[in-house]
Amino acid sequence: MTESKDNIEPNNKSEVKKDFEPKILGFLCNWCSYAGADLAGVSRLQYPPNIRVIRVMCSGRVDPVFVADALLKGIDGILILGCHLGDCHYGEGNYEAKANYEMLQILLKNIELEKRVELNWVSAAEGTYFSQIVSDFTENIRTMGPSPLSPKNKDFPEKSLISKMEAIKRVVSDGRIRKLVGRERSILNQGNVYEEKVDEDKYANILEEAVQTEYIRNYIYVTLKNNPSSVRDLSRKLKLASSEVLSHILVLRQRGLVNLTTIKDLSPIYIAIE
Amino acid sequence: MKMKKKEETRIGVFICHCGTNIGGILDVPSLTEYAKTLDNVVFTQRNLYTCSETGLSAIKKGIKENNLNRVVVAACTPRTHEPLFQGICKEMGLNPYFFEFVNIREQCSWVHQMDHEKATSKARDLIRMGVARASLLEALEKHQIDVEPSALVIGGGISGMSAAEILANQGFQTIIVEKKPQLGGQLLTLHKLFPNNMDPEQILRKRDEILSNPLIKVYTSSEISSIEGYIGNFDIKIQSTEKEKGEESKQERSVKVGAIIVATGSDVLKPEGYYNYDGKRVITQKELEELLKQDQFTYQKIVMIQCVGSRIPERPYCSTICCMTAMKNARIIKKNNPETEIFILNRDIYTSGTYQEEFYRDTRKEGIIFSRYDEAHPPEVTDHSVIYYNFSQNGNIEIECDLVVLSTPLIPYPESESLSKMLKVPIDEYGFFLEAHIKLRPVDFSNDGIFVCGTCRWPGNIPESISQGYAAASRASRILKKGKFSVEGGTAWIDQDKCIQCEVCLKKCNYKAISRDEDDKVVVTAVLCKGCGACATTCPEHAIVMRHFTDNQIESQIAALLEGTTSD
Repeated sequence: MTESKDNIEPNNKSEVKKDFEPKILGFLCNWCSYAGADLAGVSRLQYPPNIRVIRVMCSGRVDPVFVADALLKGIDGILILGCHLGDCHYGEGNYEAKANYEMLQILLKNIELEKRVELNWVSAAEGTYFSQIVSDFTENIRTMGPSPLSPKNKDFPEKSLISKMEAIKRVVSDGRIRKLVGRERSILNQGNVYEEKVDEDKYANILEEAVQTEYIRNYIYVTLKNNPSSVRDLSRKLKLASSEVLSHILVLRQRGLVNLTTIKDLSPIYIAIE
Repeated sequence: MKMKKKEETRIGVFICHCGTNIGGILDVPSLTEYAKTLDNVVFTQRNLYTCSETGLSAIKKGIKENNLNRVVVAACTPRTHEPLFQGICKEMGLNPYFFEFVNIREQCSWVHQMDHEKATSKARDLIRMGVARASLLEALEKHQIDVEPSALVIGGGISGMSAAEILANQGFQTIIVEKKPQLGGQLLTLHKLFPNNMDPEQILRKRDEILSNPLIKVYTSSEISSIEGYIGNFDIKIQSTEKEKGEESKQERSVKVGAIIVATGSDVLKPEGYYNYDGKRVITQKELEELLKQDQFTYQKIVMIQCVGSRIPERPYCSTICCMTAMKNARIIKKNNPETEIFILNRDIYTSGTYQEEFYRDTRKEGIIFSRYDEAHPPEVTDHSVIYYNFSQNGNIEIECDLVVLSTPLIPYPESESLSKMLKVPIDEYGFFLEAHIKLRPVDFSNDGIFVCGTCRWPGNIPESISQGYAAASRASRILKKGKFSVEGGTAWIDQDKCIQCEVCLKKCNYKAISRDEDDKVVVTAVLCKGCGACATTCPEHAIVMRHFTDNQIESQIAALLEGTTSD
């Protein structure tokens, strides 16, 4: 699936306004990072006022759908902070956060948005570290400029990028991928139903391939939703071999997401259905 | 979820000046005006100190006069003040979960003091997000559980006995289950105790007090066969082997307790395969103590080897007690017969504490010789000597000896694993029980109502085992004393119409709160759920509602943030 990365070209280079104030969303877990942020406050440590915090009980609560949703709505950067690994108030919630984050990173790399989402660990005692992370992240995002999906971006709206982000949101909502990520740690540590433990690298490959395949399928779906097209049109647009597009269309038809609408110039035209 | 007829959402927003803490940085009057413009907000007010008596009465008055059914306070941090404001809501007949806290002090005015305008703009966003969430809040109930005022202590060693003693002293019925025929644990095998050579019998007197205490019931030669239930209501089955007139019989009895303390202790590694260990001429420290205890010690030249079977790749931990044990025994031998030659071959000497280092110096002063070996060159034990590589000599040295004593670590009992499964609590990679948090909750398990003490947690000495026993008892009595335990309402709930029974959540839940019910449906036992939300985040079908942190509530905050009514 590596070629697909080159095909889906990012929306690049928007002019960075000097007075650009990025809008940053922070997901902070109640027990460590939120307490660390409070400590930064009590210590009067000053950091840029761009971050807006949503408190959750555990970083494991941060559904990748939330992150995709915020990106789609045009947020410039997202910071997910949890307890240090091994220190989670709930035992292992931050490992869940990590698994979700890594899956999301695979997807976001396709549209070069991966650097706009960061996962980090801050303890309740690390007020200084918290303010430093927020300052650094804010400055990074400021340098990057507004999100290509932000209304502040002068190239906005870039239709194909929105479709790609919509596809990503659909992938992270999708039961197949969620099941795969949800079972990651039990498959790696306890083994699958046949009690075979899966090697970490092997799992990473399986995940990457599954995620990227679903990404292409969902991108096809979103594209067809906006524009009923033939396999040839899609193949040209997505720069994928017709045979590959066709195989994805077949899967989407099986799932009841795509249907044949009409035949134009001897080519079947497909349409997305909900 | 049952839905009553939807009533109109009436939100009141109370914004705190906190003296100049907030008011000196943020433009509170303009924030108050701004809050008025938000959906569903019917009342706004600013207060000098919202948490003061005046501030709290103002909230009460606001709720009453404006028929508010949601309250938003924009002030300091929920981590300190949320219970206070939730209490006010409750007092006014409002469900406490209809309260929303917006932090504009710790995470706004205090950290953005240089730019009042941008800080105010941030506060506007935060209030807008809080109001959006408040509109979607749902009434929840805290679950109350009755607590059986009794406890089970698993293990009758020094730590378990100490815990039972404290619990009984506080008036709680306590049951001790000990797998051996008598109480005492490892103390029974020790000769003298570090550092003052106290006779273990002096501590073991506790045993007689326990056996005669009417509130403590002791089952020896007994093991736990099953544990069901949860905090306040554990159903325990105890299997005892009873001997009557030479006939052995098994008996099973059921008991109900409110809390469980795990004090199963640890074993001493038998170094089969190390250094020609034979239990006769090459023995362990524990076996040495038995010889000393029986007054059968006749050896003249002794070599002790430290870190046998510990601090190696397969068992990397330090057992912490072996250095002092070796020194204690060496000094006793030397005192009994000053002519005895004793070498202690070690990799490092661990002397933590206020008197340990002094004890080490005194040991050396008495002529006991310490010499180092390293992991790469383990000593070789022959039938009449020990040969080891000496750094400073850069060569091998042979020490003639008639006895070799191996200092081996404390290791977990293999039964810990089955017990951990019954208790649904974790064990670490070595098999020691794993507490909820090494610093914040050192004797608690992550599951409520279950506690841990003594060397089943990690190797430790007697004072540590006793104080941990006391600590575990005190933690348990907190629950037993109240008679009731209340569980937060923010728990997970599974929508059966969406659930496909894939069990991803069931494996994910760290608290075993998700299980199959009698109808084979996957359900959450609310009293066990801690509300972390990991299950909801990975549910493939989005069938799990994480109450008080629902998808809708969080997405409403995101949407409100990006509404972009403020330009900054």
